[in-house]
Amino acid sequence: MLPVRIIPCLDVRDGRVVKGVRFRGLEDQGDPAALALAYEEQGADEVVVLDVTATPEGRGTRLDTVAAVRARLSVPVTVGGGIGGIEDAAALLEAGADKVAVNTAALRRPALLTDLAARFGSQCVVVSLDALGRWGVVGHGDPGARVVGRPDGTVALDSGYEVVVLSGTRPVARDAVAWAREAVERGAGEILLTSIDRDGTRSGYELTLLGAVRSAVQVPIVASGGADSPEHMADAVRAGADAVLAASIFHQGNWTVEEVKGALAGLGVAVRPGYSYAVGRAREHVAGGRGGCAP
Amino acid sequence: MTPRRPAVTVVRTSTANLASVMTGFARLGCRVRATDDARDVAAAERLVLPGVGAFAAAQRAIASHGLEDALRERIERGRPTLGICLGMQLMATCSEEAPGVAGLCVFDGVVGSYESGDEGWRVPQMGWNLVTPDARCEIVPRGYAYFANSYRLSAAPAGWLPVWCEYAGRFLAAVERGPVVGCQFHPELSGDYGKALLTRWLEA
Repeated sequence: MLPVRIIPCLDVRDGRVVKGVRFRGLEDQGDPAALALAYEEQGADEVVVLDVTATPEGRGTRLDTVAAVRARLSVPVTVGGGIGGIEDAAALLEAGADKVAVNTAALRRPALLTDLAARFGSQCVVVSLDALGRWGVVGHGDPGARVVGRPDGTVALDSGYEVVVLSGTRPVARDAVAWAREAVERGAGEILLTSIDRDGTRSGYELTLLGAVRSAVQVPIVASGGADSPEHMADAVRAGADAVLAASIFHQGNWTVEEVKGALAGLGVAVRPGYSYAVGRAREHVAGGRGGCAP
Repeated sequence: MTPRRPAVTVVRTSTANLASVMTGFARLGCRVRATDDARDVAAAERLVLPGVGAFAAAQRAIASHGLEDALRERIERGRPTLGICLGMQLMATCSEEAPGVAGLCVFDGVVGSYESGDEGWRVPQMGWNLVTPDARCEIVPRGYAYFANSYRLSAAPAGWLPVWCEYAGRFLAAVERGPVVGCQFHPELSGDYGKALLTRWLEA
């Protein structure tokens, strides 16, 4: 396996980084390009930029935000939010994205993933999957029912997790693991797997969901939603994540990326060491702890 | 006297992540421009053939602009040229990704796929991996570089210095022949490691 990638996530609205809890109550966290650069300097392996209000408001991701982040960053940038078709993706790549994350549009028209992979290659196509646990809240009081009632019928969810689109606002009565499998078959080269139940709650990643998707697909999985500590990240890696995404803990300065990497190394999880041009070889990581400086 | 800023020309294929490559060189103080004109490809002081896309689509874009001869010629003459990711693969004979489509055939080699399904080896390879250059390499340093690829070359072509990497077996991370370099990884996305590599290439 490669060193686990540590990925700060910038949820962007109107050109500013915001963060909420379970996709709601968004609060301002700063300028995207400045935050992204601070994270790269701390050792971030990649940055994800999500325009969290693009699809619900029916517009594409703001290209100027992507261009501003790109101009400063020399690590990969994945951009998602409001990608409706292949030309939206092309415009984002032209503006400076390295990968595009597709969510709602891919569920509406799964062949979009195939079209994107044919033009840009699978390594460029990320399917962003927001999942909601349906254990205990579905059926008729039976925690194991895994069935969702809908006005137009009842749908079985084999995994117990339902796909939700439009930035977490609309459940679509689709099994999350089955959709992950189909998305990969159609051309997605990576899965950005977000647990809505855990998003912003800092209660740890949804390991059951992660394990279920891991056993269904061979492409890399980015775990998202619920990170509060390097221990949570180590748990996610053991459950099958190739990369761990976090927002709140970095934006609010609880941990720097460098501290997280130091702690992960101490937990036996391989991370990418820093690089010094002057020395021309890897620097050692210093184990970090809580209480780091805000970027 | 300030040194002249190096001029870098980037080949525009409709599929590539042009902005990442162009801003990467701009941050190093270069004058950067994109082109799909064969005359520019031939005349460029330093040329980059970038690299996100599918083999067939990129090769088609190169052929439709009539760039094949200009690319081949400058590489054969040893003029500074950097192929990135797919840009390196396009220098080879052909790829399993696109049966029947010929590459630029600058060196002999068939681009193959990773063996999928082995425990722990995801395909695509997505992330940072340690690359180890041949002792005679002058441009590609040892260090962690960022990869995003499903296909790779596994044998070193004759006359080129190899840079090796491990992922479900040994594969070719890069090749060097003077100032002509092909990288399977993305130096423009490889942070300080990538800046070190690009700086050396600009000085080569």
